Amino acid sequence: MSPLEVLRFALRGLAADRLRSGLTVLGVLIGVAAVILLVAFGNGSSEQVKKSIQRLGADSLTVSPGGDGGGGVRAQARDLTVKDAEALAKSPSIRSASPVVSGQSAAAAYAGTSGTIDRFIGTTPDYFAAASKTVAAGTAFAAGDGNVVVIGSTVASDLFAGTDPLGKKITVGGIRFTVIGVLKASGATSGGFSDPDSVAVAPLAAVQAGITGYGALDQIVVQARGTGAVDAAQAEAGQILLQRHGTADFTVATQAGVQSAVSESSRTFTVLLGAVAAISLLVGGIGITNIMLVTVAERTREIGIRKAVGAPPGAILGQFAAEATVLSLIGGLLGVAAGVAGSLFTIAGVKPVLVPSSIALALGVSVAIGLFFGGYPAARAARLRPIEALRHE
Amino acid sequence: MTGAPVLDIREVTKVYGSGDTAVHALRGVSLTVEHGDYVAVMGASGSGKSTLMNIIGCLDVPSSGDYLLDGLHVGGLDERRLAILRNRRIGFVFQSFNLIPRMSARANVELPLAYGGVRAAERRRRAAAALREVGLADRARHEPNELSGGQQQRVAIARALVTAPTLLLADEPTGALDSASTADVLAVFDRLARAGRTIVVITHEDEVAAHAERVVRLVDGRVA
Repeated sequence: MSPLEVLRFALRGLAADRLRSGLTVLGVLIGVAAVILLVAFGNGSSEQVKKSIQRLGADSLTVSPGGDGGGGVRAQARDLTVKDAEALAKSPSIRSASPVVSGQSAAAAYAGTSGTIDRFIGTTPDYFAAASKTVAAGTAFAAGDGNVVVIGSTVASDLFAGTDPLGKKITVGGIRFTVIGVLKASGATSGGFSDPDSVAVAPLAAVQAGITGYGALDQIVVQARGTGAVDAAQAEAGQILLQRHGTADFTVATQAGVQSAVSESSRTFTVLLGAVAAISLLVGGIGITNIMLVTVAERTREIGIRKAVGAPPGAILGQFAAEATVLSLIGGLLGVAAGVAGSLFTIAGVKPVLVPSSIALALGVSVAIGLFFGGYPAARAARLRPIEALRHE
Repeated sequence: MTGAPVLDIREVTKVYGSGDTAVHALRGVSLTVEHGDYVAVMGASGSGKSTLMNIIGCLDVPSSGDYLLDGLHVGGLDERRLAILRNRRIGFVFQSFNLIPRMSARANVELPLAYGGVRAAERRRRAAAALREVGLADRARHEPNELSGGQQQRVAIARALVTAPTLLLADEPTGALDSASTADVLAVFDRLARAGRTIVVITHEDEVAAHAERVVRLVDGRVA
């Protein structure tokens, strides 16, 4: 009895009830496709977040208020000020330090058209270089400019729809800003997070006057003198601010640090998605056990006949184990096809990025599931006593 | 091997259950069947016919006594060896045909050869020959539900013959057939017996037993 022969019997057994075999395959297919697709989705969204962080520039650091783990010193925490920024800018490893205030979801209007700007940033001219913002049309503002604004590409298309925005005046928070430049589109699709191109950058004083008020800074964006000086800049910034504030009521984060924190959380996200998908794969496996138990019960008489004409227990075991494995293998392969095909589409703004190991894992697990979950019914079939199996109606 | 009888059953007993509820299906049966014999085992229901048939067919093992098939001790063989023995030495014909549904007549006939490890081309040739022998060469591609009862039983006989077994064992082979099909099947048995096959038929019908050269009657688990 060659293994090929056993496989032939198994295929014939599966072909006998195509609908049932198809539905069982579907269960595994969905499980495998879900694993591949959800892991790709999680991976894609984490790549996207990483890319948007990288866009800030590898040589930049951000100083934000609030220490990490400082416990009960909140009451004494001092705000970040423009003076802090000026002090930082004098440090040897630091090229520039731009104070940043930002207003969220600012309503903007131009000649009867209105729109919302996700982030309205008030800062100094150095910010453009530090945050890797490139002006595509017009110019960036210079120190001492009044109510002028550089808008992101989304804002430009929302408010001006086709016409040239340069020189036009938009009203935000009751203040009229003259558009002097348009930022280059960041190129990122608008993901689950805010659209990076729905942004406007204006001089600090103008934004504080009209939108955010004269409170504390939201952050200071620091640009180091080259990517090699990032660590030195981080240390210097920490020292200077500690000196000025007395306590560590601030955080200096490099892009690398932010990146690792974000990738940490997105990995958790991916694992969570994968776990949910793994459950559906498990359900598919239980479907195989279920259908194989039914099959063995239904074909008890056939098993008896096969045994009577001389099928050894091993051949019966092999046949039913092969039936289960073929079901799960076909389901696995179709699931891979469905997962790969599905990952070509953008889902909720996230472009899934396939993880090759997830494909191998899902396929391997599905075959293992077939063997494992099909093994029990197959062993039951092999153990049947021929006379009882033959008597079975 | 040639000297030994096909069947040599010595004082075989079979007890189901134990204690007060024990059922003595066979109470010491001895039976010898030589090569070329055509034997009918008769008995009323409950006489132990089916139990004897299961033991002869290596589907069950006796509680005590010896059973030699073709000179080989059957007692104490494991399930795998019993399967090999059934495959090579015994051809079964059942009352209810027991063909596998949704498999063509030829595939059904090939089944014992497949489990015996015979190559595909050889299998096809021998299956065709066996079907010709029972007069169903033109029905090879039909599935069981496309065949009449008599034809199904003849396919089952072809399946029993195809391995050239030392013993053809039939259990009420005409029990589910009308008289015309019964005559067909008995004619096939007669022809096989004349060709020198060893046949044991288990039956309760005198008409069937009349075709055999020798009749063994079982009463209450003993040979009468």
